Amino acid sequence: MAMAGEKGRGRYLVLAVPYLWLVALFLAPFLIVFKISLSQDAIAQPPYTPLLDLSDGWAGFTDYLSQLSFDNYAYVLDFSNEFIQAYGSSLIIASISTVLLLLVGYPIAYGMARAPRSMQPTLLMLVILPFWTSFLIRVYAWIGILSPEGLLNQGLMALGIINEPLELLNTDIAVYIGIVYSYLPFMVLPLYSALEKLDLTLLEAAADLGCPPTKAFWTITFPLSLPGVAAGALLCFIPAVGEFVIPDLLGGSNTLMIGKSLWTEFTVNRSWTVSSAVAVLLLLVLVVPIVIYQNVQQRELEAGK
Amino acid sequence: MAAEKPRNQTIGAVRRTFQPWADPDKKPLIRFENVVKRFGDFTAVDNVSLDIYEREFFALLGPSGCGKTTLMRMLAGFEEPTEGRLTLAGEDISGIPPYRRPVNMMFQSYALFPHMNVLDNIAFGLKQDKMPKADIAARVEEMLKLTKLEKFAKRKPHQLSGGQRQRVALARSLAKRPKVLLLDEPLGALDKKLREETQFELMDLQMDLGMTFLIVTHDQEEAMTVADRIAVMNHGVLMQVAPPAVIYEQPATRYVADFIGEVNLVEGKVISASGDETRLSSPITPHPLRVSQSLGLKPGEEACIAIRPEKLRISLDEPADTSENCFRGEIWDIGYLGDLSIYHVELECGQRIKVSQPNLSRVVQRPITWDDKVWVTFAPHAGVMLTR
Repeated sequence: MAMAGEKGRGRYLVLAVPYLWLVALFLAPFLIVFKISLSQDAIAQPPYTPLLDLSDGWAGFTDYLSQLSFDNYAYVLDFSNEFIQAYGSSLIIASISTVLLLLVGYPIAYGMARAPRSMQPTLLMLVILPFWTSFLIRVYAWIGILSPEGLLNQGLMALGIINEPLELLNTDIAVYIGIVYSYLPFMVLPLYSALEKLDLTLLEAAADLGCPPTKAFWTITFPLSLPGVAAGALLCFIPAVGEFVIPDLLGGSNTLMIGKSLWTEFTVNRSWTVSSAVAVLLLLVLVVPIVIYQNVQQRELEAGK
Repeated sequence: MAAEKPRNQTIGAVRRTFQPWADPDKKPLIRFENVVKRFGDFTAVDNVSLDIYEREFFALLGPSGCGKTTLMRMLAGFEEPTEGRLTLAGEDISGIPPYRRPVNMMFQSYALFPHMNVLDNIAFGLKQDKMPKADIAARVEEMLKLTKLEKFAKRKPHQLSGGQRQRVALARSLAKRPKVLLLDEPLGALDKKLREETQFELMDLQMDLGMTFLIVTHDQEEAMTVADRIAVMNHGVLMQVAPPAVIYEQPATRYVADFIGEVNLVEGKVISASGDETRLSSPITPHPLRVSQSLGLKPGEEACIAIRPEKLRISLDEPADTSENCFRGEIWDIGYLGDLSIYHVELECGQRIKVSQPNLSRVVQRPITWDDKVWVTFAPHAGVMLTR
């Protein structure tokens, strides 16, 4: 019995670590942000009101609660304030980027999974290698590549493919390039792990039953890699929606993304409260795909393999 | 299980007389002609020539790595021969991709498509042939019935037991009615009882469908049970191709004799050979040995007598005639298997031989036990003389 008790305690300890982590670094900050989003802007330190003052006891607390409101949400959801458009545009850009990532990442992952066993660790390393350089520096490097007198335009002009420099930098195209480039490992790795697990005798069985290789890809390989596709797509889509650095550095003035709107609201307009409301709503928008992702994972676990 | 279905009365007659390999006018369905397969420096299949006939149940038997699976995979189209020719119904099939060959394979791992249910797994091959939907449904229904899987049609492979999965794999590979069905260690994952049951089912199935089955196995009992003929392979070479009884009773080489079942190999030197008899001397017994077999050997030549443990007689008393074919020794070990007992007898020279005796009676007055001095004898026709 004593053994069982100790075992139970050990299990709680192990479980406590991730939960404490989430409470301290996710739930608590989120509640603070949520609280701020219900407050009003004020010229003060901190720049919002009301502040919770517990010296008045319970009365102070109820007084505090009565001053909270959802006004900031109404403001954000007001169509004329362009936040809705920014949310929509972010979702569209993230969706298109995810599709592009899938189109680029799938062949890479497939090639890696089919490469000789001995080469696969090296290939994996190469996929992860860009992480060794700062994300910011890599995005800055794209400015040098995409600018009118950048490497890409110079190269294309030297080859005689174009006469005039292409307008790439500060366009949505640059944003897509930036997102696809930066997020590619997050797409490739789950796809690779799904494809690498695929039992190749299944393809032999398909061929044996009269199914040519291309068709076998679509009837066997692709459906069996769907968990990887889902994982990769969500791993890319979710952070891409809130992406700020890439649209800020590579996008144009009319590239509308919610991360940029939030940043503007926070730093230029100095509105902690509205930017908090934007953040909370962004989280709500993303909860849907996160829940889908967890469902997919759950199903994969239950499938037993 | 067998009682459910009345016996097909023609089976016995067909089985008794079925030996197309003995008929020189009969054209083989599958023909390996001097087939060689190399992987880099490794020769997996070394100059194999083999004919397999229509409606035959043929077994490729050998230890792992002997090339039997490679031979089968060449037939399926997953490997191409490095040298030689491979014909199916008279047609050279080298270069034809697997998906255009009229053979189907049942994989050792079953290779069921995990994302499809039993129905779709079985229908997969038929759909590739663009068969009309109604025909597919009818054929799948028939296959489900044949393999007793009707109740599981909507299940996914991971919801099935090992035995059920094996049936799905079989149904899937049979659904297209291939000219040849290849079975790669088909029963390896089943437990002993189910395996034995399934062996007999496979035989009946093969007979009822009138198909040619080629089975790869390392389990000699399985090969002996199901096959019309067995090819024993080792190191990529065919050692012997013959019906099970011939393989067992008249092995062509020491390797085959040793690989199939238990055997005592007694090395000897020819003393005299006359007509259909050979007398030999052996270092392991002072008594001369006589076998009713003549390979045209001359006195002084070396040969080996292979004697199966069940063909030796063991007794506590000295036999009436000790002039030939007897060994003296001491019981070293006894294995009691219920239906029979295996005696390990240590001869005076130190070599041990195995003798098995059926336990015919429940009560024995004086059972043979450890350290007993015993006599072991055999009849001249019990042993096979081998020179290779």
